[in-house]
Amino acid sequence: MDSIEVNNLTKKFGGFTAVNNVSFKVKRGEIFGFLGANGAGKTTTIKMLCGILTPSSGDALVAGFSVKDQPDMVKRNIGYMSQKFSLYNDLTVSENIEFFGGVYGLESKLFLERKKWALEIAGLRGKEKTITGDLPGGIKQRLALGTAVIHKPQIVFLDEPTSGVDPIARRQFWELINQLAQEDITVIVTTHYLEEAEYCNSLILMDSGEIIARGNVFELKNNYLNKTIYEIECEPTLLTLEILEENNIGDEITMYGNTIHVIAPKKDDVELTIRNALSSQNILLKSVKKIQPTLDDVFVHLLESKNET
Amino acid sequence: MKLNKMRAVAKKEFKQLLRDKRLLFVIFFFPILLLVVFGYAINFDVQHVKLAVLDRDHSPESRLLLEKLNATVYFDVVKTLDSPSEIDEAINRKIAQAVMVIPPDFSKNVNTPLKDAKLQFVIDGIDGNTATIIKNYVDTFTELYSARLNAKFLNRLGKVITPTISVTPLFEFNPDLRSTVFLLPGLIAMILIVTASVTVALSFVREKEHGTEEQLRVSSLNSIELIIGKSLPFILVSVINAAMVLLAGYLLFGVAVKGSLLLLALAVLIFVIASTALGILVSVISDSQQVAFQLASLISMLPSLILSGFIFPIESMPKIIQLFTNLTPATFFIKAIRAIILKGVGLQNFWPQLVYLSLFPIILFGLSSAITKRKMDRA
Repeated sequence: MDSIEVNNLTKKFGGFTAVNNVSFKVKRGEIFGFLGANGAGKTTTIKMLCGILTPSSGDALVAGFSVKDQPDMVKRNIGYMSQKFSLYNDLTVSENIEFFGGVYGLESKLFLERKKWALEIAGLRGKEKTITGDLPGGIKQRLALGTAVIHKPQIVFLDEPTSGVDPIARRQFWELINQLAQEDITVIVTTHYLEEAEYCNSLILMDSGEIIARGNVFELKNNYLNKTIYEIECEPTLLTLEILEENNIGDEITMYGNTIHVIAPKKDDVELTIRNALSSQNILLKSVKKIQPTLDDVFVHLLESKNET
Repeated sequence: MKLNKMRAVAKKEFKQLLRDKRLLFVIFFFPILLLVVFGYAINFDVQHVKLAVLDRDHSPESRLLLEKLNATVYFDVVKTLDSPSEIDEAINRKIAQAVMVIPPDFSKNVNTPLKDAKLQFVIDGIDGNTATIIKNYVDTFTELYSARLNAKFLNRLGKVITPTISVTPLFEFNPDLRSTVFLLPGLIAMILIVTASVTVALSFVREKEHGTEEQLRVSSLNSIELIIGKSLPFILVSVINAAMVLLAGYLLFGVAVKGSLLLLALAVLIFVIASTALGILVSVISDSQQVAFQLASLISMLPSLILSGFIFPIESMPKIIQLFTNLTPATFFIKAIRAIILKGVGLQNFWPQLVYLSLFPIILFGLSSAITKRKMDRA
């Protein structure tokens, strides 16, 4: 079943089109990643999906409700957390939880259960009376997530939830996101950390308000970069580089420490050419192998080729 | 609209308010400061005029005159001068506000029928208002004094004179023409509109600055629940403030409420809601607490000080300016509470003011929501 179905969603601010005719679907219990640079239209899309910004045209069904016609029903079924960790810094941990519980109108039995849960995931049991502003960033972030889903929504939107948090806290946070997904909550997350994209079941890459790539990590890496990357381990590397360049092998040759990357069109198998070119020379060739492109490779390639056209 | 959601918002807002010592200080210190400033420092009443005397007659008559003058609350003889050359100095150096010169022939003329005895008064005219009042005191005093001399004179001749016409003016509602009595209602208005609009504007803009506003908009809270929930604590604080100022007005200046406390509470409530709406309008326009603070204090304080009739009577303003006085809710509130506090009259005398007052929240909320809509489409 689809948790979210977006059809031709468009948002214009005056003459500027922030989101242009975007369509995609998100399955229930999926971790769905939104990638793209600042200003790519990620946040505007999320705001429309949360029902706080009315689309200029198109529509989206979120948890079965139209963001255009039933924004209030949409809001009731989603949770939202922004990169600002929107908690009240001058309230205590427990007052923050109580406030959001109250705002969502939780009845007391459910509330107590959810409060316990929120304290647990943030690691704040026994510290309910701490002023929220005094908490370290990572803990605040988890508390913010706890309060954002205090009402057990079907879907939660996380807008750059891990910016400004140290790597260990980031890892813990992703464990938490996984835990939510296992409880059948759909998680939509925007990020510009590409290594975080690897944690997502499905991804879209946005640029200038349009989706320019979509799929899971494997599909993105294989369907969008029509090139093969060869990694050559050899000695001496500098001499190897010169020889390869003289022979015009591949499209691009770069040195990475003591290895060399050759990027070549997929259709040509250049492994043999490389071996042949190097065999006649005084070079110790340890290995030549095809490697997986990283998401960085793919996205840089996609954004650059889009700009060229 | 759900009550328990509203209660959650109000509870949170109240806790934040109680924890914000700086804001609390401002809320409760500001009224006291204004009360003291307007109650004591700004006093339009003229009493105990400092008077210097140049007595060139040195007669029993001149001494009696001085004695009588000094016995009133209006004049205090602060200095006796020896020569006319000292008059200017006494006025210039602010030793005296007025100098009375008794000419050498005073006693002689007083005792001679059909002869005018003359007295000269030199009054410091820098503050025209005060000078006029002093002149009035002088006129009244000399009139009464000469009437008494006349009576005595005729008595000595064996005739009894009854005063022809005596005017006893009774100033209704403020018999002693004390300015505190006149100022107190306006003071309450200004304190309420400034504290309510500033605190409400700050509280809403803070949510904007910290990103919690966005969080609230995504929650299932609707704007009515949010606005009422957030404003309630400030409305409560403002009502407490009003009660405090009234109590202080009674204790310090003896201004008691003549009319119905219930009607007064009703007027205060409507006015506070209007002030809150003004604060919300400011918060919609401004994006930082700094801007909100300045804008809110400016557009709440200035009109309520200048246009509301608080200090300057609306009736004596030019017609065109009189139109502008309708722009601040303080104008209507002041009229209403003057009627309640000072006159003690019933609703039939000021209900139109309350109706006009009730229009303000409606207009201000409408304006705020229209601006919000426009902003969201451009954001």
